[in-house]
Amino acid sequence: MTALRGKAWTFGRDIDTDLIIPARYLNMKTAEELAAHVMEDADPTFAVKVQPGDIVVAQENFGCGSSREHAPLALKGAGVSVVIAKSFARIFYRNAFNTGLPILVAPEAVDGIRQGDELSVDLETGEIVNLTTGKTYRAQPLPPFMRELVEAGGLLPYLKKRLAANQTVAD
Amino acid sequence: MGMTMTEKILARAAGKETVSPGDLVMAKLDLCLGNDVTAPVAIDEFEKAGFERVFDPEKIALIPDHFTPNKDIKSAALVKQMREFAAKHGITHYYDVGRVGIEHAFLPEQGLVGPGDVVLGADSHTCTYGALGAFATGVGSTDLAGAMATGEAWFRVPETHRYDIEGILGEYVTGKDIILFIIGQIGVDGALYKAMEFTGSAIRGLSMDSRFTICNMAIEAGGKSGIIAPDEVTKAYVEGRFRREPRYYSSDPDCWYEKSYFWKAEEIPLMVAKPHLPSNTQPAAELDSVKIDQVVIGSCTNGRIEDLRQAAEILRGRKVHKNVRLIVIPATQAIWKQANEEGLLDVFVEAEAAVSAPTCGPCLGGHMGILAEGERAVATTNRNFVGRMGHPGSEVYLAGPYVAAASAVAGHIATPEQIGATRAHGSDGDPVPAAERGQA
Repeated sequence: MTALRGKAWTFGRDIDTDLIIPARYLNMKTAEELAAHVMEDADPTFAVKVQPGDIVVAQENFGCGSSREHAPLALKGAGVSVVIAKSFARIFYRNAFNTGLPILVAPEAVDGIRQGDELSVDLETGEIVNLTTGKTYRAQPLPPFMRELVEAGGLLPYLKKRLAANQTVAD
Repeated sequence: MGMTMTEKILARAAGKETVSPGDLVMAKLDLCLGNDVTAPVAIDEFEKAGFERVFDPEKIALIPDHFTPNKDIKSAALVKQMREFAAKHGITHYYDVGRVGIEHAFLPEQGLVGPGDVVLGADSHTCTYGALGAFATGVGSTDLAGAMATGEAWFRVPETHRYDIEGILGEYVTGKDIILFIIGQIGVDGALYKAMEFTGSAIRGLSMDSRFTICNMAIEAGGKSGIIAPDEVTKAYVEGRFRREPRYYSSDPDCWYEKSYFWKAEEIPLMVAKPHLPSNTQPAAELDSVKIDQVVIGSCTNGRIEDLRQAAEILRGRKVHKNVRLIVIPATQAIWKQANEEGLLDVFVEAEAAVSAPTCGPCLGGHMGILAEGERAVATTNRNFVGRMGHPGSEVYLAGPYVAAASAVAGHIATPEQIGATRAHGSDGDPVPAAERGQA
């Protein structure tokens, strides 16, 4: 897989899903519609400034709050290629995998990245290169089950295969 | 080593003798649910993936509560999509305006969730049902799509954190104060990915309504779930209400807790969480200089009958401050009806509050009480994030119904004592007859 390349947009800790996509826009549901309002209450011009391939970098607990899958959808729709954070809130973590938004847990990398730095990210190896500073970091490896989900093409194809093979939990 | 009740429930649902924290399990679901924000996306994913039928039309609840009664054309289209999907697949538990309520008040009230269940909900406050001794957790729409198709979901068995509150709670201190206090102590990611087990004499002394409030906000500490061991209060609530056989679990004395916390109930004052995090807490009594424009009493956190009784106790014979709009939102039709029968709605209207039909409405900045730039609200809701109730330049202070009602009267954040409310003692200080406790 070729490395992702983009500019870093840095955010603080506890970036909640209301900040990522405010509830007043939850009467919409496509990535394209939602992208126009992504991060609006944190930075009203973010949706205009962010370029396809750009990378969101955040401190701890990214995506806390509501379960809205509209949050990873809005980031994806805006062209964000990957989110790197010190930690993710639980539901956002699940939703990111389920919607195909790559996310990486990499505390050292987050500390070594500043707003506007050029980054290169290899999702296969978890290698993050800060092209601006020349420093290289390694993200935490994916848990094996998450890798299995990704390899199956996502949650629904995975579940569909189980269902077809009659591999459901016995009563 | 023994198991926690969360581990026991997950083991049962996964068809295993035992599970340990960190295990990945596929678990059978007793119920899955979605609302008018999350279900339409789930339905899209369900159909895109090519699933043709739902696993069990009796075990799916589709609850349009967030933007209902439909606030605009787009919201109406979302609910229409749910309604049509429910009809096509014969989904029993779809409820429309006039019959519906806020999902996390409605499903327990209707007996659709109960002790020992595994419940997966496409809403973060699904953790509410842990108050009944269930494992219930929030997920997103794609997980709901998978659940509707297969009746299963994968879980990593969470480590359990134990929160032990012992003693007698102070006057007017409720479940909301307890959970705000805990979140203030441990932070908004203090229980990230964990099961939060609430225990101790102060918890056992609470009504079901207060217990729902506590488990409801487990997510605000990052928790995967909240849970309280079922006892006589739970059994009294469930009896004649829960539509399936309850399965009562408790944690083994030799189970493993990753962390254990202990607080004396007397340490917990009336609490407020200031903008913009639920962990940004301070005793309500110290915040009387904070002037407010609006008060909202309602939501899946505090829109139940006990909450309305508490608000009415303060508002009876008083008027809402001239600079404040008070909006009261009973969480379900049944609660609305009971509040009406008890004369609570009259108390609110006499106090010059507006009473709404059940809806999540302003809690998430949907409708029915949106804030303008620079406006400030006290709300019995669950989140005070930037822009949560309206303009990103507005502010939400979270509190329980007593503080919310007292603040509406004062025009600033206030405790009942600060507006001169007193209780006739000798009656246990409790305005609700013991026989009515837990009867929502």
